[in-house]
Amino acid sequence: MAVKLPRKDVVVIGLGWAGSIIANELTDEGLDVVAIERGPWRDTARDFNIATAADELRYNQRQELMVRPAQNAITVRNNASQTALPMRNWGSFHPGNGTGGAGNHWAGITFRFGPDDFRLKSYLTEKYGAAAMPEELTLQDWGTDWAEMEPHYASFDRIAGISGKAGNLNGVIQEGGNPFEGPRSEEYPTKPMRQPYGPTLFAEAARKLGYKPFPVPSALLSEAYTNPLGVTMGPCTFCGFCTNYGCANYSKASAITTVLPALVRKSNFTAVTNSEVLRVTLDRSGTRATGVVYVDSSGQEWEQPADLVVVSAFTFENVRLMLLSGVGKPYDPATNSGSTGRNYCYQTANSVQMFFDDKNFNSFIGGGAVGMGIDEFNNDNFDHSGLGFFGGGSIRVTPIGAAPIGSRPTPPGTPRWGSKWKSETQKAYLSTMSIGCEASSYAIRGNYLSLDPTYKDRLGRPLLRVTFDFPENDLKMAQYCTSRVAEIARAMGPRQIVERPMKGHWNSVPYQSSHVVGGFVMGTDPTTSSVNKYLQAWDVPNLFVVGASAFPQNPGYNPTGTVGALAFKAADAIRTLYLKAPGALVPA
Amino acid sequence: MAALLAASGKAFGDVIRGTQPFSPFDYAPPETLPGGRWYFFSPDEARAVEAIVERLIPADDLSVSGKEAGCAEFIDRQLAGSYGSYERLYMQGPFQKGTPEQGDQSEFVPRARYRRGLAALDAWCRASHSKAFAELPGETRDEILSGLEAGKIELPGFDGRLLFETVLGNTMEGFFADPIYGGNKDMVSWKMLGFPGARYDYRDYVERHNEKLDLPPLSIAGRPEWKTRG
Repeated sequence: MAVKLPRKDVVVIGLGWAGSIIANELTDEGLDVVAIERGPWRDTARDFNIATAADELRYNQRQELMVRPAQNAITVRNNASQTALPMRNWGSFHPGNGTGGAGNHWAGITFRFGPDDFRLKSYLTEKYGAAAMPEELTLQDWGTDWAEMEPHYASFDRIAGISGKAGNLNGVIQEGGNPFEGPRSEEYPTKPMRQPYGPTLFAEAARKLGYKPFPVPSALLSEAYTNPLGVTMGPCTFCGFCTNYGCANYSKASAITTVLPALVRKSNFTAVTNSEVLRVTLDRSGTRATGVVYVDSSGQEWEQPADLVVVSAFTFENVRLMLLSGVGKPYDPATNSGSTGRNYCYQTANSVQMFFDDKNFNSFIGGGAVGMGIDEFNNDNFDHSGLGFFGGGSIRVTPIGAAPIGSRPTPPGTPRWGSKWKSETQKAYLSTMSIGCEASSYAIRGNYLSLDPTYKDRLGRPLLRVTFDFPENDLKMAQYCTSRVAEIARAMGPRQIVERPMKGHWNSVPYQSSHVVGGFVMGTDPTTSSVNKYLQAWDVPNLFVVGASAFPQNPGYNPTGTVGALAFKAADAIRTLYLKAPGALVPA
Repeated sequence: MAALLAASGKAFGDVIRGTQPFSPFDYAPPETLPGGRWYFFSPDEARAVEAIVERLIPADDLSVSGKEAGCAEFIDRQLAGSYGSYERLYMQGPFQKGTPEQGDQSEFVPRARYRRGLAALDAWCRASHSKAFAELPGETRDEILSGLEAGKIELPGFDGRLLFETVLGNTMEGFFADPIYGGNKDMVSWKMLGFPGARYDYRDYVERHNEKLDLPPLSIAGRPEWKTRG
């Protein structure tokens, strides 16, 4: 039986990027905020101490910073005819745990989505005609646009101190930046990162082919930076223990290095850690959230009443909590009805690997977001007429570090052990590089999230079930874009290139990206979306659900910059609209 | 105020208010065990694992063998720790085989994989070669390992391929991980590759393009010469 606690103005679920930003904005408004986090409080000195942070076995192999599957797992299958089985260890993606969330061990690549992405269905229909749309796709508009999003992207960039070079300042194209980005209102807060050899070589080859390479926008800072909250970060040292690791240098922007040190000092903020929210409680009418019920680490249940509930966990947990709480109607692919669980998308990861005889990349030098990219083959930056698919990808070289348990490239056909394995491994270690293509993932009717009928978590609640396979559209796109990448690779003159477009079924085993999106999506129509453009639940106006769960499909960009922008957008709507007139901000 | 709340706050979760819960010198160390003994393997199991890892990573002019690099000790200590019981992983049933895309669905945790798998391997070797695996010549061991890898050898009572994949994965972890875990003795694999290990600052090197840097590797535990008088 849950013990009832005194009422709060706001309860926030999860203290990753989205929850920390919103909690900070709402405490600025004078509201009394409690945030509930299922994992521990993370501290750089304790959790990623510089004496022991460079530990591949602990952080990469044993996944120290990720949520333990024993606490919270998912089940997976490729289609509805299969029985979903648990992902017993994280493979394809790496959900985080504790304050900072997956934002502690992320790579730090911080793109903004393109202006057309927010009205993708309308844009493609206007340009190519409804008949050109592949029948399988269920694309949707977000219900917002670039003009509404840009100020919030700028807020996120300033909080995180993002390093980069603008390509479009107030509509004027800038030399050295990404000419395809939407018009920015201001330059990046910190200058671009210096570049190792691989990205430089790629940029030269791309430039010769007529492309416009730019430094990848990075949450690993190029220089010391103090953000608007007065929190200071240090410069990245290119240590190469970055993606899947916490940063011991306070160089990688995360909620714990940018927001929480300021937020925790406020008298109207409380964090409750090691406590897992079981459900959002609704009143009898089902149209008003009354608070949350959570369980602490001793197993005691508590009811936390609140006037406003903000759900800002990882995509999977946002959607599972809505299904467990009975918010919205569960999506059913058979009847194409319901919205909770709808439009689940991923990212389509492709790469081209290059083996050289005469180059030394010192590939242990790097970081998750250190690199150079081009955007000529992303989204609709190239003409899709007659191609038979839509979408594209961000093409780039980002050497993330090459700790050798996980990073041992060898040419195809190399044995996996023995003397030949060893000599090929030694030969390729410093002289191999690859170009990645992080590509779009578009929605289809059969890809969705639901509650698993069989498998339960340690508290007896159903696991979230992921039903996903790559759409034909995305596999065609992968083939096309990877061929373009291979042309650049050939121009770099390697001994051998290996093209790896995404092919076949989605495989849950190898890591691809943690860019899981959708399931509780933004939109204009309550029958096909769950939240309005302010991230406010259609059915429950005092409930805001914020995160990549709101993306109706995923462009060829990393999602975190947009998650941060949506957090600022939701907070702004609460501050400037909702508090003045609590109720639905968009008529249903 | 913060201390009072922290003390009374235990009653409704781990409550943090006012300041970050930071204590100087508080850090979460890696999970390591001292050397010089076997923690999990019986003497026969240790011999069998050493006989495997010295074939997976043979001694040649590039490095010592996986056995000499300490891969068996590494695996033994991993099995004794939290990895050995998969305590962090989702291990609730029902266990079903599933599709290749659904990944490892075995009900056996690493300790059981080694205990049952090595017993099955020795039983198979005694039946077909009249000797335990560790007593067979190197070439024969290679043939058996290849047979397990290809799924051509069926062990009595355990999935040979699962045993092979588990041992191969753990052997590579041991050979390339930081030496604090018992393998990669003298940072042998890092010297072989040119990987500088636990260094944490390449600002002076990031723009030295296409240059062989020859940086001596560094372990979390330092370098051997740090502990010898100059």
